[in-house]
Parts: sequence; C-alpha cells; structure tokens
Amino acid sequence: MFEVEVKKKLHAAQGEMLLDIKLSIRKGSFVSIYGKSGAGKTTLLKMLAGLVAPDEGIIRALGTTWFDQAQRINVAPQQRQIGFVFQDYALFPNMTIQENLEFVSPEKNSRNRIKEILDVISLTELASRYPATLSGGQQQRVALARALVRQPGLLLLDEPLSALDHEMRLRLQEEIVKIHRLFDLTTVLISHDPSEIYRLSDYVVEIEEGHIAKQGIPDEIFHQNEITGKIQIIGEVLQMEQSDMVFVARVIAGNKIYKVALTRQQASEIAVGDKILLASKAFNPVVVKLT
Amino acid sequence: MLSFRLSFLTTVILFVAGVPLAYWLAYARFRAKPIIESLVSLPLVLPPSVLGFYLLLAFSPSNAFGAFLDTYLNLRLIFSFEGLVVASVIYSLPFMVHPIQAGFRNLPASLKEASYTLGISPFRTLMKVLLPNIKPALLSGIVLTFAHTVGEFGVVLMIGGNIPGVTRVASIAIYDEVESMQYAMANSYALLLVGISFLILLLLYWINRRLLRNMSYV
Repeated sequence: MFEVEVKKKLHAAQGEMLLDIKLSIRKGSFVSIYGKSGAGKTTLLKMLAGLVAPDEGIIRALGTTWFDQAQRINVAPQQRQIGFVFQDYALFPNMTIQENLEFVSPEKNSRNRIKEILDVISLTELASRYPATLSGGQQQRVALARALVRQPGLLLLDEPLSALDHEMRLRLQEEIVKIHRLFDLTTVLISHDPSEIYRLSDYVVEIEEGHIAKQGIPDEIFHQNEITGKIQIIGEVLQMEQSDMVFVARVIAGNKIYKVALTRQQASEIAVGDKILLASKAFNPVVVKLT
Repeated sequence: MLSFRLSFLTTVILFVAGVPLAYWLAYARFRAKPIIESLVSLPLVLPPSVLGFYLLLAFSPSNAFGAFLDTYLNLRLIFSFEGLVVASVIYSLPFMVHPIQAGFRNLPASLKEASYTLGISPFRTLMKVLLPNIKPALLSGIVLTFAHTVGEFGVVLMIGGNIPGVTRVASIAIYDEVESMQYAMANSYALLLVGISFLILLLLYWINRRLLRNMSYV
C-alpha cells in the first residue's frame, strides 16, 4: 500500500492554489491520474518521487516512510526505488542506449538484466545508438527500459505518450501493460486521454484545482453508469455546423472522426472542444464478422 | 608571455571555482540570490580602475586584510604576480560564470530529475550527465575568461604596477612603450596581442561548431 496525504501551496498561472490530496494506492494496481493541466497532477507525481517536497503531510510506501513533515523525514529520490518516465523522455544525450541503462544500474554485473529488459521492450538492435538518432516512440521505450533497470517498486509515468502519434501510442500502451504485469509493478500514470486510461488502468483519480474530484474504477468515472446495453464512444467535439434543420457535430474519438446529428436543444448545450459521450442503443446494429 | 601565464592560471582557477558557483546559481533558490548574482556581475560594469583601487586598498599591508595575509600566510598581493592572479580571478569571474550558468539553465530540468530518480547522486549527476551536455558553454567560459584576462589593463596596472618579469603583462608593456615613444616596440606587442586573441576566438568558434554538429541533440 502507498499512502499519500499531502498539502502544498502552488503558484499557478491563475494565482495561488492549494494542492490537498489524500490517496491510497494498492500494491500492484495501475492508477491513472486525470484532470486539466495545472490541476496539480505532475506536482503530485513529483512528490511521490521526492523531487518536490510537500509543505505538510506524510507519504508512506510499503511500510516505510518517505515523507513526514512532523518528523522531518524526507527520503531522497535516489533512495525511493522508483522509476519515473518523463513526457520529454529525459534520456542522457551523451550516452548510447546501452550506456544509458548501464549508467543507472546499481550492480556492476548487470548485463543480463539489461539484456532481458532490452529484449522485452525489443530495443536490442538500437543498443549502440545515441538517443538523438531515435524516433520519439523509440526514445520513450528506452526511457521505460531505463526506469526498469533498478527494479522499482513504483513506476511513475508523467504523460509519457502525449508527444507520440496515435499508432505509436497504441503500441506503447500495450508495452506498458506488459511491463506492469511482467515486472510486478505498482504504476501511476498521468494522462489526458480517456481511451488510454480505459485501456490501461484499473483505478482512476480525477484531480480538479488541487483536490480529488472523483475516484473509482474507469467505468464509474467516465460513464454515467446508469447507461447500459449501449454502444458508447467518448470523444471531443471538433466542429459544429447547421445544415437545414439539423445540427451536425464532428466528434473525434481515438483516430476516427464521427459525424453526429444533434437536435437544436442538444446543439445549444454543446460547444466545440467539449468532451462528450456518444451512446447508441445496441438494438439493431450492423454486425460483420471479421476474420 | 607573462600575460599568457597569468591568463592560464586565472582560467584554471576560475574553471574550478566557476562550475560549482554557476551550478549553485542555476539551481538553488533562496532570497539573497539577486545579491549574489549582482556581485558576480559587478566586474562587468565597474571601470577596472575602481575595482583595482579597492583591491589595492584591501590587499595593502597597511590595512587589516592585507596585514592578515602578510602576517599569517606570508602573502603580499600588491605589486606581485600572486596579486595579479587574485585580481584577475575576481575581474573575470562573470566571464566564466555567466556562460556556464546559462548552459545549466538551458538543459531540460527533467535530465537532472531523471538522474536523481534513477539513483544517481547529485555529484555524479553533475559530472556525468550535466557537464558533458553543456560542453559548448564550458568552452565559451574558458575561452572568454582567457581572452578577457589577456586583454585586461586597469586592474593589472593598479594592483601589479609595472615590474618587468613579475607584473609587466603585455597590455602594460604596450602602454609603457607608448609612454616612452617606442612606437615600433608597442606596435609589435600590440600586433602579437591582436593576432593571438584572434586565433583564440577563431579556435573557440571552430571547436564550438564541431561540438554542436556532433551533439545534434542540443
């Protein structure tokens, strides 16, 4: 169990904001943190990592105390046994992929573990290249591999896939799930993308202006759970237009754009940029078997 | 050649002292930071004679600090080569600290944070991760300091005077020759200084371009 109960004053763009979070994370779970930018998600993650100190509170991890303001305990990030993956990858540019992994390895004789990790994430062929010569997706896979070298108990992912294209995201999502299971990790992911959270996590925490607004399993958070027996798509409204009597919205979900007809009433409540749930009764759908 | 010995020593001392100072200024957050930064930059705006004048007063054996150095360390810093080195170190401080500090600031913060979360100590992070990735900034600091020390005049004259073989650096020698109407001598000194300074700067930009080409990630 990881237990977090922290407070910190943040100086955000809109002025001062109090980050006040109380959260328990079960060992082995995959938790996603969801919310607008500036809500305090990254700060929370950095507090877990020991890169940012809370003003007050405690952080306990698997029986040991990482932070306790009252007792003046603040374990350095180096001693926390964590893996942290950044949005901008943060690979050491002056080292090859192999050297990036060897450099952070605690034991001298770690070739086997590094080889295993490179194999699992299929990076073996790139081991002698420098980070600058790799694509974004490859760099992020290296960053993941590097975070695993020290056998962390807690893997922290700060929007790791947001700079990648859709296809690469899907591949890396699978990669992350595989790693999470294979290395028996507790994982905390920050993400803006509901479909990504759906695919990966078993628990979602939504943060709004420094406070936890909602938490629960993904179904509870993203669906009003009274809706059942329907086909559901979560997407974002790209464009609204009126043609004759109907309003047409273009909604993007994943990499697909859907055209949806809306009534005047609905159209007046929805604006471009809104996240919406499209549901259609699964009563008489066209079903085609694909082989 | 005294000029170059002085510049070399000054550069070495400033490099050793400037890297930690720049690191501290780039990353530490404390209230008095603007004061420290102003002090580091002060030699940029002060006329060298002002700086030299106060250093002269401070180092003079008839004042407390100078007397202390003289009595306990057997070090007399006025009209001596050691004094020139100390004065040059202070005078050229911003030329070493500013480029390196800017270099640290331009590195993404995540590089240092990633290193920490991966169990690497702050010192090892500095040596193996941060410094290797700001090589152009280090090089600028070194060359600017060297060139600036070769070219200084006011501070050197105030502190060192004009003692052949001890404190008579090239810039002073030129002044001296002009004073005594030896224009040919002055000209040869001056030409030498121009030529060498130009070569040093040329070398800097050339190496910098090669470094940048090899480090396409910067």
